[in-house]
Amino acid sequence: MSFIEQHLPALVIIVPLVGGILSALFGRRTLGWAIAMFATAAVFGLCAMLLDRVLAAPTGRVEYFMSNWPAPFGIAFVVDSLNASVLLIIAIIAAVVTLYARPSIQSEIPADRLPAFWGIWLFCLTGLLGITITGDAFNLYVLLEISSLATYVLIAMGKFRERRALTASMNYLVLGTIGASFILVGIGFLYSITGTLNMEDMAMRLREIYATWETGEPQYKRATVTGFGFLMIGLFLKLALFPLHGWLPNAYTYSPSAVSALLAATATKVGAYIAIRFLYTIMGTDFAFGDAISSDQVIIIAASLAILVGSWLAMRQQNLKKMLAFSSLAQIGYIALGVAIANPDGLAGAIIHLFNHALTKGGMFLALGIVVYRLGGVTLDDLRGLGRKMPITMAAFTAGGLGLIGVPLTAGFVSKWYLVGGAIEAGRPDLAIVILVGSILALMYVWKAVEVIYFQKAAEERLVILDSTGSRLREAPVTMLVPTVILIAASIWFGIDADTSSHVAHRAAETLLRGIGGIAP
Amino acid sequence: MKNQMILRVIARWNIPFMLVFGLYVITHGEGGPGGGFQGGVIVAAAFILYGLVAGADRMRAILPRRATDAAAALGVLLYVGVGIYSMLRGYTFLDHTAILPSDPGAAEPWGMTLVEYGVGLTVAAVMVTVYNEISEGTGPDDGTVPATAALTPPGGRVEGSDGDRS
Repeated sequence: MSFIEQHLPALVIIVPLVGGILSALFGRRTLGWAIAMFATAAVFGLCAMLLDRVLAAPTGRVEYFMSNWPAPFGIAFVVDSLNASVLLIIAIIAAVVTLYARPSIQSEIPADRLPAFWGIWLFCLTGLLGITITGDAFNLYVLLEISSLATYVLIAMGKFRERRALTASMNYLVLGTIGASFILVGIGFLYSITGTLNMEDMAMRLREIYATWETGEPQYKRATVTGFGFLMIGLFLKLALFPLHGWLPNAYTYSPSAVSALLAATATKVGAYIAIRFLYTIMGTDFAFGDAISSDQVIIIAASLAILVGSWLAMRQQNLKKMLAFSSLAQIGYIALGVAIANPDGLAGAIIHLFNHALTKGGMFLALGIVVYRLGGVTLDDLRGLGRKMPITMAAFTAGGLGLIGVPLTAGFVSKWYLVGGAIEAGRPDLAIVILVGSILALMYVWKAVEVIYFQKAAEERLVILDSTGSRLREAPVTMLVPTVILIAASIWFGIDADTSSHVAHRAAETLLRGIGGIAP
Repeated sequence: MKNQMILRVIARWNIPFMLVFGLYVITHGEGGPGGGFQGGVIVAAAFILYGLVAGADRMRAILPRRATDAAAALGVLLYVGVGIYSMLRGYTFLDHTAILPSDPGAAEPWGMTLVEYGVGLTVAAVMVTVYNEISEGTGPDDGTVPATAALTPPGGRVEGSDGDRS
């Protein structure tokens, strides 16, 4: 036990990495899935322990030094309440989706590609967890590339069901690489003026530069602003914040069902985490949201447009996976809005929404994955009258939809409550209206699906709906149904009992707002 | 390009030196310019040169895809393994002191060299895989270049280059 406790932060990365290698080497038949399942379950346990230790630690943080090099020189893993909770989100989603994925992936991907698939699945997870846990800016970039490269491959694996997955993946590859290059250039600029890559050290050096802002040499100011600009554009591309969202809808629509669920629930959340980390911990809100830059105004406009345009476009989709993808676009807007409002309620709302949206959207994509597994497609026509044929799946989907709208007693309500509260507290009632209009649009697109599922009958020739193999349509296999229900049930649970999630989120928000990520004594 | 005598002979002479030089660069990486990536690319270049001259299929006969796939994974495993070894000995991840606790200064080169070989193995395997992916489905180039065809002996065989007949 002490071994695990001593190396807890490192093991979070090592377990999926080694699991990925083993899956790629020996992952024939179901062994690849078994290794992935074991690794994700282990990571879930490790992340839960880590959050527990962070909350119990008097300093509120846990550190680990790679190769035993002390902090500013070597790579340090620094875990505080913010990234511990993001880690836990990723771990929960990964474990549940992996549990779900075996039949779904086996039906969508040929057997000879399965070892590669499970290996890359775990590498993607390694990258996402690594981004979240690392305390080193360049290490963050490297892990971002690991997760991105893995993601391109995972999306392209959708080609066996839908050829358009290839163009979607290529599109994401080009845009994602541009985004990552921008992030790299931004980190390069910050490195050139601070001479360090350790996030906390970088933050403190930047505070020294801000102090001599007017008297010091002007190139420091210029380099800081330029680097910040590159970083933000790159991050918005990765995060898919409107109007840099072009890659997202097709990538989520045409990738294999389990991959859609994993990406929608974790990848954008990690993007939001990076944005929070850079804006609050490294650059500091005094600079980033200050009068000279006022990037919060830019983010607020982009986020408001993301909410309105994303929800509007979601309403116009016939393919439900695409509808959820556009809805994700809007949800990213809510998160970015909370980040830019930058008061305790707004920021806590954004962090809670990270968590809640991961559960809700993950669960909904899993429900659609069941439909794909049974019917082979997810257009509105496919779902006609499915409420009677697959009651549990469709109930889960509908409950998730209620969460997207933000109906009371669902998790979506809690986060929107905080976001609206934060907006009003910040003196921006117009943003509260944007959030409410977004919710009404969400009601419309969710209703469109619900109406088709419950109140329309299948077309004459499909009164007896057949599944893709030709037998009578049945409810999904239990191994797929249970994970879907777990995620949706969790999203309702955290809507009723919001104490735990909001406690952690508020603690993280307070740490972030206190100054240099709570580093300064 | 099987019929290009000069190319074939030069490639034949160069490939062993390329392999040795690649290993030298990997080994040298611990304390100077070089390292796993550069050395791995040189090793891969030796295989790719053979593939270009003798045909990708013949290269794959020496180095099958399963071998490169396994090597790519094993390289990473070697790297992580070095780190896990230090963890098991009670040090932090990748703390090379664990290899020779009595003399940390001497342990560092050992750890780094092992790590560099892990990188080199993976890089070489992935480079060859990239070449395989590109050359897949295209047969060996038979060298039917009109201008030089007259210079090539009939059948493209040269004395002293046995083992290269197809």
